[in-house]
Amino acid sequence: MKARAFSYARPNTIAEALDLFAAADEDATYIAGGQSLVPTLALRLQAPQTLIDIAHISELRGIALDGGWLRIGALTRHCETLADPLIAQHAPLFHDAAPYVAHPAIRNKGTLGGSIALADPASEFPAMALAMGAELEIVGRDGARRVPADDYFIDLFQTAIEPGELLTAIHVPIVRPTHRWAFDELARRRGDYAIVGCGILADMQSTRIEDIRIVFFGVGNTPVRATTAEQCLIGKQLDQAVVHVTQAALADDLAPPDDEHTPAAMRVHLARVLLGRLLGRIAGAT
Amino acid sequence: MSEQITIHLTVNGEDVSQNAPARETLADFLRTRLQLTGTHMGCEMGVCGACLVLVDGRVVHSCLMFAAQASGSVVETIEGLSERAAIADIQEAFHQRNALQCGFCTPGMLMTAQALLSQPGVPSRDEIRDALSGNYCRCTGYEAIVDAIESVARARAATANGRQVEEVAG
Amino acid sequence: MSDALTSLDRPNSYIGRSVPRPNAKRLLAGRGRYITDLVLPRMLHVAFMRSPYAHARIVSIDNSTAKAMPGVRLIATGADLAKVCKPWVGTLDHFKGMKSTPQLPLPLDKAVWAGQAVVAVVADSRALAEDAAEAVVVEYEELPAVIDIDAARTPETTVISPELGDNVCFHGKIDTGNIDELFAGAAHVVEEEFHFGRHTAVTMEPRAIVADFDPNEMRLTAHHATQTPYQFQDIYSRHFGIPEANVRVIAPDIGGSFGMKLHVYHEDMAAVALSIVLGRPVKYVADRIESFVSDIHARDHRVRARMALDTEGTIIGMDVDDVTAVGPFSAYPRTSVVEGNQVFRLIGTPYRFQNYRADLQVVFQNKVQMSQYRAVGHPIAFAVTERMVDMAAAATGMDPVEMRRRNLIPDDAYPCAAPTGYKFEALSHHACLTRLCEIMDYDRLRAEQAELRKRGIYRGIGIASFVEISNPGPAFYGVGGARISSQDGAVITITPSGDVRCAISVTELGQGTETIVGQIVGEHLGVDRERIKVITGDTETTPHGGAVWACRGAGIGGETALRAARKLKENVISLAGSILQEQPDKLDMHGGWIVDSDTGRQRVELAEIARIAYFRSDTLPPGTQAQLTVAHHYAPQGYPFAFTNGIQASHVEVDVETGFVKILKHWVVEDCGRVINPLLVDEQMRGGVVQGLGAAFFEECLYSDTGQLINGSLADYLVPMAVEMPDIEIAHVETPTADTELGAKGCGEAGTAASPAAALNAVNDALAPFDASIAQLPMTPARILKALGRI
Ligand SMILES: Cc1cc2nc3c(=O)[nH]c(=O)nc-3n(C[C@H](O)[C@H](O)[C@H](O)COP(=O)(O)OP(=O)(O)OC[C@H]3O[C@@H](n4cnc5c(N)ncnc54)[C@H](O)[C@@H]3O)c2cc1C
Ligand code: FES
Ligand code: FES
Repeated sequence: MKARAFSYARPNTIAEALDLFAAADEDATYIAGGQSLVPTLALRLQAPQTLIDIAHISELRGIALDGGWLRIGALTRHCETLADPLIAQHAPLFHDAAPYVAHPAIRNKGTLGGSIALADPASEFPAMALAMGAELEIVGRDGARRVPADDYFIDLFQTAIEPGELLTAIHVPIVRPTHRWAFDELARRRGDYAIVGCGILADMQSTRIEDIRIVFFGVGNTPVRATTAEQCLIGKQLDQAVVHVTQAALADDLAPPDDEHTPAAMRVHLARVLLGRLLGRIAGAT
Repeated sequence: MSEQITIHLTVNGEDVSQNAPARETLADFLRTRLQLTGTHMGCEMGVCGACLVLVDGRVVHSCLMFAAQASGSVVETIEGLSERAAIADIQEAFHQRNALQCGFCTPGMLMTAQALLSQPGVPSRDEIRDALSGNYCRCTGYEAIVDAIESVARARAATANGRQVEEVAG
Repeated sequence: MSDALTSLDRPNSYIGRSVPRPNAKRLLAGRGRYITDLVLPRMLHVAFMRSPYAHARIVSIDNSTAKAMPGVRLIATGADLAKVCKPWVGTLDHFKGMKSTPQLPLPLDKAVWAGQAVVAVVADSRALAEDAAEAVVVEYEELPAVIDIDAARTPETTVISPELGDNVCFHGKIDTGNIDELFAGAAHVVEEEFHFGRHTAVTMEPRAIVADFDPNEMRLTAHHATQTPYQFQDIYSRHFGIPEANVRVIAPDIGGSFGMKLHVYHEDMAAVALSIVLGRPVKYVADRIESFVSDIHARDHRVRARMALDTEGTIIGMDVDDVTAVGPFSAYPRTSVVEGNQVFRLIGTPYRFQNYRADLQVVFQNKVQMSQYRAVGHPIAFAVTERMVDMAAAATGMDPVEMRRRNLIPDDAYPCAAPTGYKFEALSHHACLTRLCEIMDYDRLRAEQAELRKRGIYRGIGIASFVEISNPGPAFYGVGGARISSQDGAVITITPSGDVRCAISVTELGQGTETIVGQIVGEHLGVDRERIKVITGDTETTPHGGAVWACRGAGIGGETALRAARKLKENVISLAGSILQEQPDKLDMHGGWIVDSDTGRQRVELAEIARIAYFRSDTLPPGTQAQLTVAHHYAPQGYPFAFTNGIQASHVEVDVETGFVKILKHWVVEDCGRVINPLLVDEQMRGGVVQGLGAAFFEECLYSDTGQLINGSLADYLVPMAVEMPDIEIAHVETPTADTELGAKGCGEAGTAASPAAALNAVNDALAPFDASIAQLPMTPARILKALGRI
């Protein structure tokens, strides 16, 4: 299990990084925390000519309020996401999900940008970015743009990031006093990727749901917004009957992969159970 | 830019400068070039915890990092922590409680324990188990390790309280 | 009289005491020396090109690109290595009719499992060897793979080794007679079909070997991470044609073994062969991905079982059918039949009934070889037995504890024999059951369970009795023709300074062999433990012996040490008698002194005796020759095995909506005879229990229809981790074996033997209100949800 040979470069600016990528004839890979990339290199599933280490680019760091948004630099490590008070206050689903992401030592190194750039469909942070309606700041040689999370996840490990581009920051619209949220997941062991996980952000007018975003992970090729279920809830009071209807509606939202050991029916069933529990928590919090 | 690069590090307080292939992990670098074989490898993909080391004061997997990435950093391994007696109380508690059998997981367990016990407060047994969630041990069944860490947490807290009492009294 | 001195208050009374392991300090400081750490001058590294197919003919191998790559020293195929290695066949004579095919380090023309090493590449570093291995081009012609255990035996299925005629490795039967009539007349019959997932050892340190052949002296030194160095000395000598005295096997610190590291592996034999071909040291360390496809697997069984009861709820008989699939051939030198043999002979053994019929079929398939792994056969035998006992309790409306009280062999019924042929010297099932109910507060837990059910919380309590095979005599392997020793040897010396060195053939794997040997020698020689050095794991410096497997370290190794120490003590005392002009029977040894045996008065220091013996023999009476080294061998006699016994309980909570199980607590009461060091015994238990709970809830090697292992990495194969595992409470009952002076039996496998059974019963107990049941391990959420009819 040794990676194939590659050369290593360590740029200090975004511009330098983009140039290095171009100079490598696109046979290059960025490495941030390396917590997902290094195993794929060790298994020789990926074998770039050049590894561009973006961990020393200070422009990719920092967590700051920017109007109604919280800007989180791509290099923010999972342990910072867990501990940072601004994230806890303004982007709470990242905070709530963080303890479920891997193990302490991996959280010391893995980055939010890396997680969202990779877009593993079983990952917590990409799904929570979608649940909170975040925008992803992407920079290429042609300049910078912000892509809403709803348009960002394209397919398995495929996002709006074009080859050579960098995800530089995650912008999260800050939660308002009328917001309620809940996160949970079902993983076989602590720190494992979940079989199914879910994050919900609801805008409530007392006990009535004004707006809601429900996102599942582990159930498809990308994080999945349960839009049918959302529609069942908007404008409704959260009571048992509504919850049941919403759980049933998940059949239209989710088409998880099917295999003998984790049947699709099981993921849908677990998604329903999770949804019921999380809506219960949201109802309880109002 | 080349496949062979020079890596400068501080390891266990000593400056190190070595040529190595860019593809060499920090774990391989420490084990083969510096003969720091107390850092073990059980999976090479971040799931067993045998390879944990401190890089710039934080516990990380040396198998999930290339030595090149660590260039310029301060690294500490089990040998370093051991020799500067930073974890003597944890080692003693592991010894008395027989919290190791084959010992292959042990350096990683000690790293995790040290990181946990460096935080304020006395962790509960559940919190200790949670901190150990990325450390695999096939031999012990974990309980003795949890016991050992718990006893050190209590002892350290008692010493710290004793100091506070002294300060107040003094 | 108050506070009478117990035997533990005498100086150097170590037996029975919890003392920590002296050798653990080194490991805690990161100074363990494992094979993976070893570097020798001019050492090369090997990597393998492996078959992507479960069953394929090798059409051609093209090395031309690989050969020219940087750092490559040799590329070898099956034919190349066959020139230096004689084939091995994994059969034993006492398994009548068993068959298997000859094996070579690398295959000549066919790959028989996905992941089999086909071509070896030796290079200056492991990374360079992997680079070149990737560039070797092998053309295969894929053959139909035999995967399913039932399909393996149907006539239209491909025969993996046509020369054997069919895919059946072994067929065994036990029948005490008239079973059909017995069942026909029974008041109650319960039956179930059980499925056990294949799993594997996942030692923390993978397999590792550094083979170092010196052509000048025709000497092979194998630094080999194994628990049985003597067995490998014999194998390397015979298969590579090197005189036994020229083969040295050194097993230093080993990162876990659990039975997995005592089998012959193709890659290890290849490493030795490559070192012979190259005349240089060759290192092979399996990486984790290789471990999953090449370490032995275990426990792939399907068992159909029935139990018959009379109207009183007395078990009157069992009828069992076990099919196990062991891979494409039988493992060497211990075979792949032992597991099945133990399954069908251990079923039912804690209970009184004497009517038994069992059929065992061991079949070949295109998956990696299966063979012995911790608690060989026991977890299956007791999961089947104990689940049936719980089903019987339910069928007769009895509490599971009451059911066991009524049916376990009474503690005063020994000696006795099981219908499967096993003989029991003295066991304590009832004492253990009583103690278990006390420590777990059984009645309170039952009351709490009933209370919580009303609130929709589903907890389960599961109990499992067991016996465990330990201290095996030659009946285990020797009679079948295997050159695996059932005796052990010790050489024990008083050094010139009065310290003690004990070189012994039982080996240290972290379970504490060196510690208990030190305790026994210290106690019997009256010497402080700190002054005793125990040496293990090197065929050149220790006598030949069985080493450690089947829980023989304490029982047989300990007895060897005891008798050697006693013999040495006689020599020391007789010498001291001549020096002191005293009757030897008036002298004893304590605290490093020769003392008066009745008063304990110190007469002369042991160090002084040693000084005189080694440096001033001129002052000894004429004709006195000091003998401060003795060698002693001990082989068990009497019972073929020393059975231990015990009982376990598991307490779980099932989330019936998700199928997830929280393991709340686990209890063990065990009787391993004389406990030499409770601290070590308890940790053997805990580690063993967790290994069994892994099997019960998490571990399973999953294969595709084409024979690909689909979860062969530590990220995908779920081992038990700290958060999901419970605290485990342990209590002891001590029934020493009378076969030895020490009275110790084994304890290393007991935890694993019955924790899956206890867990299986606990989950089923939790599911009982839903009329749901499960009979498959591991009990995954998907299987539990299916059992509950929720998916
Ligand atoms: C044992 C283990 C368990 C884990 N469990 C979980 C879990 O439960 N949940 C979970 O979510 N994750 C888990 N992870 C993954 C972990 O969270 C990773 O840290 C994360 O997915 C990737 O972050 P990184 O910074 O390490 O990215 P890297 O590994 O450095 O990079 C990942 C990919 O993203 C690209 N990339 C990284 N940063 C950028 C950027 N700024 N712009 C463009 N491309 C970029 C890289 O080129 C690479 O392709 C686990 C990892 C391990 C080893
Ligand atoms: S070797 Fe690094 S986590 Fe296993
Ligand atoms: S002590 Fe052996 S793996 Fe933990």
